[in-house]
Amino acid sequence: MPARRVVPCLDIDDGRVVKGVRFSGLRDAGDPVESARVYEEQGADEIVLLDVSATPQGRAHNLGVVDRVRRVLSIPLTVGGGVRQVADAARLLEAGADKVGVNTAAVIRPELITEMSERFGAQCTVLAVDAARSDTGWEVVVESGSRRTGLDAVEWCAKAVSAGAGEILLTSWDRDGTGLGYDLDLVRAVCSRVSVPVIASGGAKTPEHIVDVLAAGAAAALVASILHDGVTTVSELKRQLIAAGVEVRP
Amino acid sequence: MRDVVVVPTGTANLASMLAALRRVGALPRLARDPSDVADASHVVLPGVGSFGAAAAALRRAGLRDALVDRVSARKATLAVCVGMQLLAEASEESPGAGGLGVIAATVTRFPDGTQVPQIGWSSVEPASGLDLIHPGWAYFANSYRLPTVPQGWLQATSEHGGRYVSAILRGEVLACQFHPELSGVWGTSLIERWLASTGEAA
Repeated sequence: MPARRVVPCLDIDDGRVVKGVRFSGLRDAGDPVESARVYEEQGADEIVLLDVSATPQGRAHNLGVVDRVRRVLSIPLTVGGGVRQVADAARLLEAGADKVGVNTAAVIRPELITEMSERFGAQCTVLAVDAARSDTGWEVVVESGSRRTGLDAVEWCAKAVSAGAGEILLTSWDRDGTGLGYDLDLVRAVCSRVSVPVIASGGAKTPEHIVDVLAAGAAAALVASILHDGVTTVSELKRQLIAAGVEVRP
Repeated sequence: MRDVVVVPTGTANLASMLAALRRVGALPRLARDPSDVADASHVVLPGVGSFGAAAAALRRAGLRDALVDRVSARKATLAVCVGMQLLAEASEESPGAGGLGVIAATVTRFPDGTQVPQIGWSSVEPASGLDLIHPGWAYFANSYRLPTVPQGWLQATSEHGGRYVSAILRGEVLACQFHPELSGVWGTSLIERWLASTGEAA
């Protein structure tokens, strides 16, 4: 089993890192190239780059940012946002992504997952899911959280893995940007249903939150606000994870 | 100036490998014909995607035989992930597809009950004699791997559902199941060492 990963996420809007709460009220949080470089130096295991305004604005991902981040980055780069067809994923890979996340477009047309997986491999095909709590469990929300789909999030993850997704980037819409901790029940529910690695996202504020979500079964913990705001660093988080007995890359 | 040629396999995203080579001061170019593969001081065979698709792409591009000759002659070659697997004869991933056949083996899937694909960082432990690889952490993204150490090659191993061969070296041919181009400072320094310590045979 590989070590558990700490994965900084850069939400990109108009070439800048932004962060909001529950996908809204975006504030500027720096330059993506500089942020990616600093996080790698601090010991980040991977960087996720999400173009958060691509799908709402109906355009493709900003390739220039991917290219500029790739040049400085010697750890894996996962890119999502605005991927509607295989050709979009191919362009992101050519620009320097190692893995491509697909979200809204896969909900509309699940075959996209299979097409990407067959062309680029499962290890390159990441299903990004935004899940909001509902009366019966969790519901998939799309278009950066602006539309509910009625789709059960756990079942959707299982279906996507059967279709060829090699990894799941699982974001709790309820917890995103709140600092209330990850939605551990959501992570447990998905991890017990699928065999592929799950990257948990949404709600991290303290090292304990990260310890808890890795114990709940996540292979990786996504972190954003607490790094961008300078509350902590990847190196400090990893020190605390090691102290708590979690195996991470030192 | 070292002449570094990267073999396009059609399925691979080359950007990460090209960026890594540029960061260590190399000026990589893509292989266009067999003479590029034969004559370069250094050749990189990256690999993302399936064994069958990559093997077919090498044949279509007419680069297969030049690669077989180069690896057999132990000239400086870096084969990564599916690139390493392509050295074998075949793979469970793509029944019927033929690899380069330099290694008499069939690539197999990780055992049942092991998380597949393996995605993430694992430690790499070189056996004695493989000084090019230092002990450290590397990034892996794979579901298949060589089942055993091929005869005549030095090895490094890693753990995922049991110990397995994560890198091999023979002459100046280094094959890694992990991605040195994505393995941070450790991976970058491995690429640098491979570039610096090899290339004399060409």
